[in-house]
Amino acid sequence: MRQVELEVLRYNPETDREPHFQRYAVDCQEEWVVLDALNHVKETLDPTLSYRWSCHMAVCGSCGMMVNGEPKLACKAFLRDYPGVIRVEPLRHFPVERDLVTVIDDFVAKLARVKPYLIPKDKAPEAAEFRQTPAQLKRYKQFTLCINCMLCYAACPEYGLIPKYLGPAAIALAHRWNRDSRDGGRDARQEELAATEGAWECSFVGACSEVCPEHVDPAGAIQQVKIESTVDWYQAHLMPWTKK
Amino acid sequence: METHSADVAIIGAGGAGLRAAIALAQSAPSLRIALISKVYPMRSHTCAAEGGAAGVIKPDDSLEHHFNDTVGGGDWLSDQDAVDYFIREAPTELLQLEHWGCPWSREADGSVAVRPFGGMKKQRTWFAADKSGFHILHTLFQTSLQFPSIQRFDEFYATDLLVEDGRCVGLTAIEMRSGQMRWFDARAVIIAGGGAGRMFPFTTNGAIKTGDGMALAYRAGVPLKDMEFVQYHPTGLPSTGTLLTEACRGEGGVLLNKNGRRFLQDYGMGPETPLGKPVLKTMELGPRDRVSQAFWHEQRKGNAIATRWGDAMLLDMRHLGEKTINERLPLVRDMSISYMGVDPVTDPVPVRPVVHYMMGGIHTDINAATSLPGLYAAGECACVSINGANRLGSNSLTELLVFGRRAAVSALEYLQQGGRPAGGAALAEAAQARVRELVQRTGGTESVAGLRKEMMQAMEEHAGIYRSGEGLAAACAKLGELRQRYRRIELHDKTNVYNTDLLQALELGSMLDCAEAVVQSAAARKESRGAHQRLDFPGRDDRQFLRHSLAAYAGEGPPRVSYRDVVITRSPPGVRDYSGGHE
Ligand SMILES: Cc1cc2nc3c(=O)[nH]c(=O)nc-3n(C[C@H](O)[C@H](O)[C@H](O)COP(=O)(O)OP(=O)(O)OC[C@H]3O[C@@H](n4cnc5c(N)ncnc54)[C@H](O)[C@@H]3O)c2cc1C
Ligand code: SF4
Repeated sequence: MRQVELEVLRYNPETDREPHFQRYAVDCQEEWVVLDALNHVKETLDPTLSYRWSCHMAVCGSCGMMVNGEPKLACKAFLRDYPGVIRVEPLRHFPVERDLVTVIDDFVAKLARVKPYLIPKDKAPEAAEFRQTPAQLKRYKQFTLCINCMLCYAACPEYGLIPKYLGPAAIALAHRWNRDSRDGGRDARQEELAATEGAWECSFVGACSEVCPEHVDPAGAIQQVKIESTVDWYQAHLMPWTKK
Repeated sequence: METHSADVAIIGAGGAGLRAAIALAQSAPSLRIALISKVYPMRSHTCAAEGGAAGVIKPDDSLEHHFNDTVGGGDWLSDQDAVDYFIREAPTELLQLEHWGCPWSREADGSVAVRPFGGMKKQRTWFAADKSGFHILHTLFQTSLQFPSIQRFDEFYATDLLVEDGRCVGLTAIEMRSGQMRWFDARAVIIAGGGAGRMFPFTTNGAIKTGDGMALAYRAGVPLKDMEFVQYHPTGLPSTGTLLTEACRGEGGVLLNKNGRRFLQDYGMGPETPLGKPVLKTMELGPRDRVSQAFWHEQRKGNAIATRWGDAMLLDMRHLGEKTINERLPLVRDMSISYMGVDPVTDPVPVRPVVHYMMGGIHTDINAATSLPGLYAAGECACVSINGANRLGSNSLTELLVFGRRAAVSALEYLQQGGRPAGGAALAEAAQARVRELVQRTGGTESVAGLRKEMMQAMEEHAGIYRSGEGLAAACAKLGELRQRYRRIELHDKTNVYNTDLLQALELGSMLDCAEAVVQSAAARKESRGAHQRLDFPGRDDRQFLRHSLAAYAGEGPPRVSYRDVVITRSPPGVRDYSGGHE
């Protein structure tokens, strides 16, 4: 048992002129995560606190928030890693809807724009699967692991400056489909990816990959997209005969 | 009130709801589809499913095997015509997902890989490492983005179905962002609202699994079927209830008591199989009900190990080796380390049975249609029933797909049959007034958290792995009382924007209704079958209870429980044999 001081950002657009911090002293179990502490607050101290959560196993992607200034999943931020006061805020770079709840419409719209679905290269086999070897699976598997938690957007300085930037997760997901041996949709996605607000906006800080709880490595995806786009450009402009 | 008109409104954007939406969009592109979900689709609890989805694909397997495993696993309470439809459609649906790009794990030759699962005679569980549900959900969600006719209403909480002239004509839902009520004027409605495990304190189910979909249909006059059958999964982490998938045992993990004995051999599932060589339908690959019950007995005998979070057994995976664990069970390793501080590569992991899945739900026929014209249901909230008294692991994900699609086809057929009475406005107003009253109520004496806690306690104490007439009577009385007291709750938060105090109050209302249906149905079933075990009626009683229970909503009082025959086509009730002796 340990008493934890939580300092939580509160903001209700109906009643607050501006955001403020509220302190809660919470009796916590040693093994708890920040989410457990918030749930304890909600149940016993203050039912008006709003935040999102569901699975408590780092797979639904709901509970992204800033914990002591860093983007974290509240269900994976262990209290034992935070000896002092724990400051909890909504994810950076997103409009605040209320308390720890952010508006993520922007990402949801961008995701749709990169066509994150299979655009089949060949007709699907009749009553059978496309063959895909474990090695072919491995080429894109990592990029399928994105839980859309938005931590990378909160960490990305570029997204903070230029909200039009597609951003790490959307690019990683587009890249996931491009690398799938069953897919032939790269050209269709390229328009978004190679646009100025696409991968080129990234100045390769790499913060996105550092905070990603699923080890998706969006920064790696962005680099690969850039290289491939460069190859495209050379092929189109300098060696047009090589283009299929 | 702002109104949205749709041809079909779908409540729920998990596996079942998304599958239904895509089927509708594909078959009739001009259809207006409203996909309504209280969370963003990718937050739906389908994402938590780990192990995989069953469907016959390999040459050594057959539909007949899948049929027999499912029917026997369900202790003969499954409707056999529905099971037949299900197993026939299963491979097609799983292949469809493959064609949409689902990253299924593969064999060296590039074909999809399958793994063993509890109660299955052959290897037929398709998987994507140990994040199968996650990949299914994201594949469906991302695929759905190519259909402009699917209009999404993310973070809209459905409060009421609108029923006029004996037909379902739409629903009302609260837009969380504004707190405003919206009226969905829909010609047909599909409910895909998921399970209700949150009635219990210790569960693998996420916070959103509060039985709203079931309660919506129930209050609208559709009975809830077989609600007494609640599945305990044998292997949850004692600290958080987080699931360690059955694939741990499918891959060769074994269960030990405090003396290091593989105790399942003492409960009709032996003889002991060689370590690291799991035998299908034997020992650790027995069905969930049997394995969870065996733990209960071990606990009574004093053979459990004590942990800070209560009694547990050990899941030993050390002999699988680091490579296999990393490749096949990466999430399991990660969660065991994170939430229990135990690395399965070097130590056995303490686990205990945990509430996992609702076999029961909204009564539908084999076409996913409810008794209310215009209303369909699919997924965990529905009960067709293919799962009978005990679902086999990995049948549920497949069920979402098969019956999600089936619900869409049925809804389309219904629309094609023609018109429906206009209206619903007055009903929508009434629904809005009810919620407004709840928000504005003052002088209430009860709190959401308080009632919720009492409900969970009653369920854990009396509606668990083993039940008694006495305990269930107490639970029935308790739930009746809690439903009365529910009418006197008062919210702390009376504002509009993203009011989770209100949301939790409404969810509690759903859970109380579902919980009462569970305990009333359990009290009425005086036999033991599958996941429903009565200490006072230890045997299966086919003469009286080879029937589905139907709990019908009766307003303030307890539900009326009646029965309906099980459909038996070719497998007469037999003995469930999970000993090594079976052929
Ligand atoms: C940890 C875990 C592991 C599992 N592993 C497996 C497995 O390996 N294999 C297998 O076959 N099965 C597994 N299961 C079971 C299976 O995952 C579920 O039964 C299934 O995913 C349920 O899907 P669904 O579409 O019915 O509901 P969900 O995915 O839960 O979706 C419900 C939807 O309804 C919406 N909703 C609910 N109420 C409302 C409301 N009032 N208003 C608006 N929207 C609402 C939610 O927002 C959500 O979109 C597992 C379950 C758990 C918990
Ligand atoms: S890339 Fe990683 S950090 Fe970014 S949204 Fe996906 S899972 Fe979250």
